[in-house]
Amino acid sequence: MAVWCGVVCFAITACGERPGASSDTTHLRRPGDAAELTGAGATFPYPLYARWFGAWAQRTGVRINYQSIGSGGGIRQLQAGTVDFGASDVPLSDDELAAMAPRTVLQVPTAVGAIAITYNLPGLDRALRLSGPVLAAIFDGTITQWNDPRLRALNPGVALPERDVLVVYRADGGGTTFAMGSYLATVSPSWASRGRTKDVRWPVGIGGRGNEGVAAQVKAMAGAIGYIEVVYARQNRLPTAALQSADGPFLVPTIEHVRAAADTAIALAATTTAAQLLNAPGATSYPITSLTWLLLPREPERREGTRELARFLAWALRDGGVIAGELGYAPIPDRLRDRLLPIIDSLAVPTVP
Amino acid sequence: MTSARIGASDRLFLIGTAAAVSVVPLLIVVITVIVVIAAWPAVQTHGLTLLTGVEWDVPRQQFGALPAIVGTLTSSAMALALAAPVGVCVAVFVNELAPRTIGTAVGALVDLLAAIPSVVYGLWGIFVLLPWLRETVMPLLRDTLGLGRFALFSGPAYGPSLLASGLVLAIMILPYIAAVAREVLAAVPRAQREAALALGATRWEMVRDAVLPTARAGLIGGVMLGLGRALGETMAVTMVIGNRNALPDSLFAPAYSMAALLANEFNEATGDAHVSALMAVAGVLLFVALLVNALARVLVGSVRTRHARVPG
Repeated sequence: MAVWCGVVCFAITACGERPGASSDTTHLRRPGDAAELTGAGATFPYPLYARWFGAWAQRTGVRINYQSIGSGGGIRQLQAGTVDFGASDVPLSDDELAAMAPRTVLQVPTAVGAIAITYNLPGLDRALRLSGPVLAAIFDGTITQWNDPRLRALNPGVALPERDVLVVYRADGGGTTFAMGSYLATVSPSWASRGRTKDVRWPVGIGGRGNEGVAAQVKAMAGAIGYIEVVYARQNRLPTAALQSADGPFLVPTIEHVRAAADTAIALAATTTAAQLLNAPGATSYPITSLTWLLLPREPERREGTRELARFLAWALRDGGVIAGELGYAPIPDRLRDRLLPIIDSLAVPTVP
Repeated sequence: MTSARIGASDRLFLIGTAAAVSVVPLLIVVITVIVVIAAWPAVQTHGLTLLTGVEWDVPRQQFGALPAIVGTLTSSAMALALAAPVGVCVAVFVNELAPRTIGTAVGALVDLLAAIPSVVYGLWGIFVLLPWLRETVMPLLRDTLGLGRFALFSGPAYGPSLLASGLVLAIMILPYIAAVAREVLAAVPRAQREAALALGATRWEMVRDAVLPTARAGLIGGVMLGLGRALGETMAVTMVIGNRNALPDSLFAPAYSMAALLANEFNEATGDAHVSALMAVAGVLLFVALLVNALARVLVGSVRTRHARVPG
């Protein structure tokens, strides 16, 4: 994936620029440091960032404000230079990175997200089983009835009703849609050309606004199926489908399965220099998994802010996992963290005068 | 106090209030200018297809806002068709027919509708109105009454639809229409009613022949104020209209509105082309809403100035 490549490339340049061998890793505040930083972006990691920033302010007195205005808004504000950092569920494309000039942007994954498929089938006593191709057929309108033979084949012994399938998608695009569309593009040729975007044009169904909008529509309509962010699904105890993983087993999106997908994907990436989180191999890897990114700009006039944020990130990646776990977010794989930390640490030390 | 000092404070007062007043038109001008500037690249690139195109496909850089424009106009028109007669009836009842106490109570209740936040209307729509439409109203209209033969009442019953949006909007604009209608009816001179009654008219004939014709322009103005509100309503509409960017072929079909399109896509829009196209949609919405509101003010004003100051 080009994204991962971007991080790696940046890692190389960042290491090249590594300033001196200063070993200042304390979190003490010094005069002249930015006392307040602002960021904007994705809504998915907002609860996590809010807790992290709160804890960081207590430790260091550095206040970081974060507005969860959406990934696109975060990227726009970062480009306009009105925020110290951005956050996005969709990694920046090469074009978007180029548009950030003159600043360069380091994309730091902070947590692993996943998409849950939620549905409303009254009387179903166990998790609905779906495979990638069947999910793709549902979302492109090929499967219109719940008792379709393809669904029955995946769910032996389950009495699937003779009901219309009502598709609900996210009307407000964003990272959730990007992950869902990209997954469909990975598993189905019919989605390959139109799935990999946060502005997917869904051929059937209705749009809900935000996770809560999709969840509300699905709850209110018997026969509905929709995709939502897994943390939201978990917090609201929504029914989630068991999706067939690349290796065959049907998995619900527990934290373990989400982590497993990220772990195997990153482990493989060590040899192939491309991390493919979607449909990752492994018997316990949940198939629709993605990273959420913090976008750290690097430009001369923001050196202090970047350093402060790098210190925060170094702490969050090392010690923030507990908070993440409490909130239901899967921390990034250790292997990825170990690769990122040297870069982040190098940014966190003061530049040699 | 000398007259000179009074003059000075008066002047200061005048300047102060004039400055406050000038902020309002200035805001309108500034907002319009900014929207137009931001929309300009899209207007240059896409031209009229922004208004007439039916494909809104961001990855392929096609921005046809016709489905959203049609959705806004039809759901608002539907809301008007439902709310205007009811609103005028409420006003006639409260002002002309009901005993004072009952009239006041009914008026207050209708006014209360205006105090309900639109997100609450939206939630009510999702959890009460939509299931009712899907399970009862839509099958009734389509199958039991056999209206499914007509395209307007055909298609699958999702629930979220133009119809749902029109109904929610009707309830939301009812208090505005009723309030203006009451004000306009109150401005009709008493002498006119008394003359009608003196000629032997019944209550109904008095309302029909003496009150409503005089108030007509004002009533239309009130209805158009309601329309202005319906056009711009965002939250409740986006929760019940279905957010489907395609030309609706039936009242049952999920649709889109300009305001909902903006609210949904603006936060996540990254490309300049996308942002600019959304700004163009905002410009269309702004233009239509300003036009409707200006027209409404003129019509309401015409009744007031013609009659309100005539000693009754």
